[in-house]
Amino acid sequence: GIAGGIGGRAMAASDALEPNDYGDITTYNNYYEFGTGKGDPAKNAHMLTTKPWSIKIDGLVDKPGDYSMEQIAEAMTMEERIYRFRCVEAWSMVVPWNGFELADLLDMAGVQSGAKFVAFETAMRPEEMPGLRYPVLDWPYVEGLRLDEARHPLTIMATGIYGKPIPNQNGAPIRLVVPWKYGFKSIKSIVRITLTDTQPPTSWNKANAGEYGFYSNVNPTVDHPRWSQASERRIGGGLFAARQDTLMFNGYDEVASLYDGMDLAKNY
Amino acid sequence: MDRINSALRRVPPWLIYVVAAAWAAWMFWRGVTGDLGADPVKALEHTYGERALQLVVLGLAITPLRRFAGLNLIRFRRAIGVTTFFLVLAHFTVWAVLDVQSLARVWADIVKRPYITVGMAALALLIPLAVTSNNWSVRRLGPKWRKLHKLTYPMAVLAAVHYVWLAKGFQIEPLVYLALIVGLLALRVKWSGLLPGLARRSA
Repeated sequence: GIAGGIGGRAMAASDALEPNDYGDITTYNNYYEFGTGKGDPAKNAHMLTTKPWSIKIDGLVDKPGDYSMEQIAEAMTMEERIYRFRCVEAWSMVVPWNGFELADLLDMAGVQSGAKFVAFETAMRPEEMPGLRYPVLDWPYVEGLRLDEARHPLTIMATGIYGKPIPNQNGAPIRLVVPWKYGFKSIKSIVRITLTDTQPPTSWNKANAGEYGFYSNVNPTVDHPRWSQASERRIGGGLFAARQDTLMFNGYDEVASLYDGMDLAKNY
Repeated sequence: MDRINSALRRVPPWLIYVVAAAWAAWMFWRGVTGDLGADPVKALEHTYGERALQLVVLGLAITPLRRFAGLNLIRFRRAIGVTTFFLVLAHFTVWAVLDVQSLARVWADIVKRPYITVGMAALALLIPLAVTSNNWSVRRLGPKWRKLHKLTYPMAVLAAVHYVWLAKGFQIEPLVYLALIVGLLALRVKWSGLLPGLARRSA
């Protein structure tokens, strides 16, 4: 990895961040494959088999194939990243992730020069994921990033929280974390990563393009059509906690240059 | 059914107010003490709103239950209606004070967000209903009272639409409430009167 542990370059935006309780982080989840209630994933995700696990990396890469979790873990530099996590529903948390930079994994597979985007896919196992019985979304869950977003040092693949293996309800055994984007971009339980030259489809965009764009950067000046994004409620403060202002790029200003010259109201 | 009806005659309707108030206070206390999970604000907001919607369904079911099942809950209808109003008020208050937290944002949401607008319209329709839910108003308004209280029907539809509209993705539960409410309203329509030709043909 490029950045060090806590306090490294990539951590600039996380000064003085107080992580949420492990209990809050692991009982308040959106993971619709296990149900649409916030408590459903913690109740149902134990059914998911996470060992063995491998990620198929394909598309425009030099070394396509199935990469096992063991193989990945051995090759990557693990570190802790304490990140703000801002949900599109206007609540937020602070999560101490353990993981490695996505760029390192992409380098392991060897990205070819024609690649411009990275597509991700979540496991789809109806017998282990009761939420798949309902057509809440067009399953399997898919997400995508532009290659430069994927290669940014802030973008990580997380395999742990608070130094423990990541719980199933948080996306075990391996998930994406893109801290300057709304939480739904940080796709969970990844089974496939595809390098492409065209912008890949993304689940929430397919479900409602007017509400969820491909970029979905945290942006207090661009509202969700049904609610304001100007402020957020920090989880963990109890019944009487005051709202706080939402920060552009969720406070991670170092990514601003990725979007130079782009109209972020249009490319929401 | 007669046994159930006569047993119900011994239940005082004011019990509904007591139980509802105690439940609402208990849920609030659980929120204060951290017993409602990671996000007590949303939990309280949703539980008050959902319970109110369940009472709307129950209130609309009273007439069909008597007509089709012989179950008589008429004497509880006022208490159910007024309790619905208070739970909706609690739902609104939690949203405005604990969730949105500023008058400017409350107003902006009511004006700009259709699902909030629809919810506010349902609350607004409940106000004249709650205000006239007393014997004096019934006597004073006479036949107009019945007419006024037909506002229950659009209120119920707006409440269900409010719930359907705020869901992310395609979710079943809000649609079940909408279907129940539309179904209960459909039972009140005199279809033969609307479609005389059809009624004659089928008869």
